[in-house]
Amino acid sequence: MSETLLETRSISKDFSSVYVLTDISIQVIKGEILGIIGENGAGKSTLMKILSGIHVPTSGEIIFEGKRVHIREPLDAKLLGIGLIPQEFNLIRELTVFDNVFLGSELRRRDGLLDKKAMMAKTRALLSELNVDIRPEERIENLSTAQKQMVEICKAVSIDAKLLIMDEPTTVLTQYEIDILFRLMRRLRDQGATIIYISHKLKEVKAICDRVIILRDGAVVSTEKIEDLSIIDMAQRMVGRELNQVFPAKGTPARDVVLEVRNLTVPGVIEDISFELHRGEILGLAGLVGAGRTEVAETILGVRKAEKGRVLINGKAVRISRPADAVANGISYLSEDRQGSGILVNFSVIKNISLVSLSSYCRYVLKLILRQKERASAEAHARRFNIKAPSLDARLEFLSGGNQQKVSLAKSIDSKPTVLIADEPTRGVDVSAKQEIYRLINSLASEGLACIFISSEQEEIIGMCHRVIVMRQGRAMGSLEGEGITEEEIIYLATGIREGVA
Amino acid sequence: MANSAIARALKRFEYQKYASFIALVVLFVLSALLSPFFLRPGNLVNILSQVSYTGMISLGMAFVIITGGIDLSVGSLVAFDSLIGVMFMNYVMGSVHNELVAVIAGIIAALAVGALTGLLNGITITRGRLAPFIVTLGTMAIFRSLALFIGNAGEIQSQSNIYGAFGLVNILFLPVPVWIMLALALVLDIVLNRTRYGRYLCAVGSNSRVAVFSAINVDRIKVIAYSITGALVAISSVLLSSRFNAVSTSNTGMGYELDAIAAVIVGGTPMTGGRGTIWGTIVGAIILGIINNMLNMLGVSAYLQGTVKGLVIIGAVYIQRQRA
Repeated sequence: MSETLLETRSISKDFSSVYVLTDISIQVIKGEILGIIGENGAGKSTLMKILSGIHVPTSGEIIFEGKRVHIREPLDAKLLGIGLIPQEFNLIRELTVFDNVFLGSELRRRDGLLDKKAMMAKTRALLSELNVDIRPEERIENLSTAQKQMVEICKAVSIDAKLLIMDEPTTVLTQYEIDILFRLMRRLRDQGATIIYISHKLKEVKAICDRVIILRDGAVVSTEKIEDLSIIDMAQRMVGRELNQVFPAKGTPARDVVLEVRNLTVPGVIEDISFELHRGEILGLAGLVGAGRTEVAETILGVRKAEKGRVLINGKAVRISRPADAVANGISYLSEDRQGSGILVNFSVIKNISLVSLSSYCRYVLKLILRQKERASAEAHARRFNIKAPSLDARLEFLSGGNQQKVSLAKSIDSKPTVLIADEPTRGVDVSAKQEIYRLINSLASEGLACIFISSEQEEIIGMCHRVIVMRQGRAMGSLEGEGITEEEIIYLATGIREGVA
Repeated sequence: MANSAIARALKRFEYQKYASFIALVVLFVLSALLSPFFLRPGNLVNILSQVSYTGMISLGMAFVIITGGIDLSVGSLVAFDSLIGVMFMNYVMGSVHNELVAVIAGIIAALAVGALTGLLNGITITRGRLAPFIVTLGTMAIFRSLALFIGNAGEIQSQSNIYGAFGLVNILFLPVPVWIMLALALVLDIVLNRTRYGRYLCAVGSNSRVAVFSAINVDRIKVIAYSITGALVAISSVLLSSRFNAVSTSNTGMGYELDAIAAVIVGGTPMTGGRGTIWGTIVGAIILGIINNMLNMLGVSAYLQGTVKGLVIIGAVYIQRQRA
């Protein structure tokens, strides 16, 4: 017997007269896991923010448990029993885990003071139910990204939510943690909870959801039982066109070594990392979250101090103690943390693209910026990268994640580097933008750019790289090449089941 | 049709960008209606000349605030710089007996001390990884105390007549300090909007981690901003001590940090940094000047003027918040 828990009737939302949602009518059935998928900018997050009271719809109605409700602020949603696990963490770094879990719904003793003991005990129970090993009295700032995600989930579960909304919860989780999360989701569903699951990862949606709703350009394009949709169907309906080959054909790298890393060591972080990178080569760094891949990049860039080891460019040893030195030596970085260290959201497209290479647009002692030259260069990038923006003077906060990432990539290569370190270049990016980023990196490589490609997604590594170094606990476990790059081999090396030849 | 086009144009109009200009116009009209004396040229010139000393300091303050910092030491530094300048000039006059050389030496000494103390602020903040608020709160106390100690808490007279003259000269109906403020604004506006340094300044204030990864030397950008502020404080100090031909170690520059910060904020630069405006800051300074002027003319007690200033600052920040 399927009973409707929540229904939206013709919900629309505009931001300063730009419609992001039009006429959305969906039903959420009690006790199901409902997947909502769509490209970046399709309106998934906006819809969820409406359901959880962060945004108020411009028009339309929300029916919850048969009654019309008005959700004007997050507290209204909480009182109805709607819990949101947002895409960006919403935790207070300085407080403990249990403080955060009970933030806004603290338990109090009869004398009015906080009942820390009870909160700690309840948090401990919730955490052990989630099967995660975190102490309730640990401070958030000491936790890893994946652990923070678990705390977010714990927080949402703690209010005994009737409807739990998860916005891209697995972006930062390892496969092991994803399995735990899925087991937990199934158990919650079997206990009667209803879950809305938003994701880009169609494989996961296929694995966990009962039904799926596909959004495109702010409208519902289809609602199906999961059995009736293949992953390819989902992708095609999201994009609205046939998807051809995802990965472009690999080029052939040249013989000459452009970058050589020898015995790079940062105590406790990375251990004795050595490799060579050829012109036009895409070298993958694979491994689980926390294996030290980003740390290798940060050490090469001079953000971390190497205790031992050398970096050679075109055969010459160079000293790099900060990213500015790396750029001067032709090494560029595309950050995994787009908003944290990649782009400036309140700068325009043009100003972001030219940020690293600004000196080449300047003249005279005062370093006056040649604005026409700067604009022309940004226009060229926008065309080549197919960047969709209201205008090149629009601030990046108004662009979708995929377009922000393309700007970030344009910014990284505008300094015409010889080596590009691309760290999770497609994180939080939709299918079609992903495909474009693959195509771009591939064509840059065929023009001679050497690329270090860091990714947690196996398909990407397999589809893009000429060679792969698999890391585990800060060490290179082995290297795979050509046809030898397979999902199984990567997993074996990444989990330490097999040790290869580094 | 025409109506909706106008509505759309109004919607797109960037109120935030021009809010301070609009406020200035409204205030100007209001003042003209309230007092018959307001529009007299003498009064208007007087307002400009009064705001010029803190106005030029607020230009440097705008740079510092764009980086996400603050400089509380500017008021004390005005006293310290003026004192060093005047004392050095008196000393040189006593030893070389050439008044012009002495005046120039004094000015150079004040400018050098100003730039150096700004540099000191900047280096302490960046090298020590300390909060700008704390460092400049400290130097605010230090430089006031040093000025009081060196000047024996009293007033130091300049022994030169030339020195006391140039700060009062009018060129094309406006006093020298006003021209200097406008010239500095012209240059710094270009620096902020048209040069690499200006772009980096906004990048640093917007997200310093992104700036580091974008190959920007964040520390250097910040140190330069504090040094520019120090140099501007020194220029203001020279003009101010020239106007009185003396320095009062206990009164000179008192409360200037508040006026400078207020001008920046009222002018439309957000406290959170990342962007800012130089001409807006000038407008902010003039707005505060007009308010003071009107309160005087309307016979409001001088003791209450601080209350009004405080309310204006809080109101300006409140309006910015509503727009954000």
